[in-house]
Amino acid sequence: MSTHVSAAASPEAGYNFAYLDEQTKRMIRRAILKAIAIPGYQVPFASREMPMPYGWGTGGVQVTASILGRDDVLKVIDQGSDDTTNAVSIRKFFERTASVRTTTHTREATVIQTRHRIPEETLREGQVIVYQVPIPEPLRFLEPRETETRKLHALAEYGLMHVKLYEDIARHGHIATTYAYPVEVAGRYIMDPSPTPKFDNPKMHLMAALQLFGAGREKRIYAIPPYTEVRSLDFEDHPFRIQTFKDPCALCAATGVYLDEVIMDDRGGRMFVCSDSDFCEERRSAGHRGSMLADAPAALTGDSTHA
Amino acid sequence: MLNDLPDAPLLSVRDLTRYYGERIGCADVSFDLYEGEVLAVVGESGSGKSTLLSLLATELEASAGSIRYRMRDGIARDLATLTEAERRLLLRTDWGFVRQDSTQGLRMSVSAGGNIGERLMAVGARHYGNIRGTSLDWLGRVEIDRGRIDDIPKAFSGGMRQRLQIARNLVTHPRLVFMDEPTSGLDVSVQARLLDLIRGLVSELGLAVIIVTHDLSVARLLSHRIMVMKGGRVIEAGLTDRVLDDPHQPYTQLLVSSVLAA
Repeated sequence: MSTHVSAAASPEAGYNFAYLDEQTKRMIRRAILKAIAIPGYQVPFASREMPMPYGWGTGGVQVTASILGRDDVLKVIDQGSDDTTNAVSIRKFFERTASVRTTTHTREATVIQTRHRIPEETLREGQVIVYQVPIPEPLRFLEPRETETRKLHALAEYGLMHVKLYEDIARHGHIATTYAYPVEVAGRYIMDPSPTPKFDNPKMHLMAALQLFGAGREKRIYAIPPYTEVRSLDFEDHPFRIQTFKDPCALCAATGVYLDEVIMDDRGGRMFVCSDSDFCEERRSAGHRGSMLADAPAALTGDSTHA
Repeated sequence: MLNDLPDAPLLSVRDLTRYYGERIGCADVSFDLYEGEVLAVVGESGSGKSTLLSLLATELEASAGSIRYRMRDGIARDLATLTEAERRLLLRTDWGFVRQDSTQGLRMSVSAGGNIGERLMAVGARHYGNIRGTSLDWLGRVEIDRGRIDDIPKAFSGGMRQRLQIARNLVTHPRLVFMDEPTSGLDVSVQARLLDLIRGLVSELGLAVIIVTHDLSVARLLSHRIMVMKGGRVIEAGLTDRVLDDPHQPYTQLLVSSVLAA
């Protein structure tokens, strides 16, 4: 994470390395350090205007920009996929402003910025995963006053969070929260894991990689240091459960992974495929074949088609 | 029942005073409240009743004076010295507050069961079935149809909302409950049923209650003792029957004589 970079080395003239000025990066790094020191605690920071609308990952981009060094390899995913608009444009943004290497391979990346998924492949020590967070406050929809939610966190008064889960069970017969499922970090703070599916919650527990969360509009940064206990909230008689899928991935036959439903036509045709596109591609190239995998025509094979 | 009362008061208030700038909110209020005792605070609008209640419930900071409360461990503590965490724990376990405006005392978008269960979950209950069982039990005790457990309070009538507030507060078996005009705004037949319910629960659970009301008939029905306030000060206090049947102060006499006979 080098801080001093001469302007000449930057690929795009007129920008500092990784877009943000060094003072801003230092401010954000201080917030990140504090967040790591107090796992799960939301640290306020002076979020900057970024050249993208709020809701497109302005928080995550600022965190990434602040930790990115010249030798880092960046991967950006949106809902698990490397090739959706948001992921492509953020990847290009850092290619242009920081000229860092980018990749779609989870294993190669040192920094992974994500919107709403944790890669299927187990992250290792030395990697950093940066989450884009729209609403960092898990108590927000129950208690609209920021002054009050801060007090509730300070005093660890979290009964309210269980009221929400109670309401779920009362209305639906089970805990119907399927994403942004609240977790308790290191036995202290209740945290919103950002809108990741609850399927990914167990991956956060004792993860070897550093997890950073950035909320640009709400101006909050929080973190889970490596190997930190992360527990999903539940009731004794309604324990936390992740989603399960009936069939394996239709393209790579993977089981025990998170699947996206893809509508095929207007007659009810659908398929379920890995949401983690890199994971799915690697399995296919290793020879795994799902039930609906077709052989692509020669004209469509190759890398340039979905760039 | 009287023999069961411990010697030390539950709540001991001395010279409690609150200024709003130059103006007096309430001044020099002193009294003791014992377990199982119901104290009514009566007076006209602006007499300092609500200020006193807010001070007692530690929602307002006193300008002078002290409030001592005997905690469950038997030790009386000055409420001003409690930490924020202790104060809030007290508020949601050992105390209750039934508010005049039910929208302030309930979570309007959370079901009746969730409203009742909130305090249980706040003190660590994590078994859904048990929480729900307790909620159902309390709905029955406050005479709300158990089938309404999953309805939100927005769909409840005024009287039902007040009864739900009572259930929500009593579920942790508090020893002291504050009530701020719990029956005002309700029509008389609903009022009568609610008062009946409160009276039953108070004697059954041995609650100490401080009830603020401008309605002398409510005070007569519920309370053992009365404090009459005027201009922020207590001008007359005593046993309810004595104060209402033989008022000494001219203002109390005026209050008592102003009650419309049905």
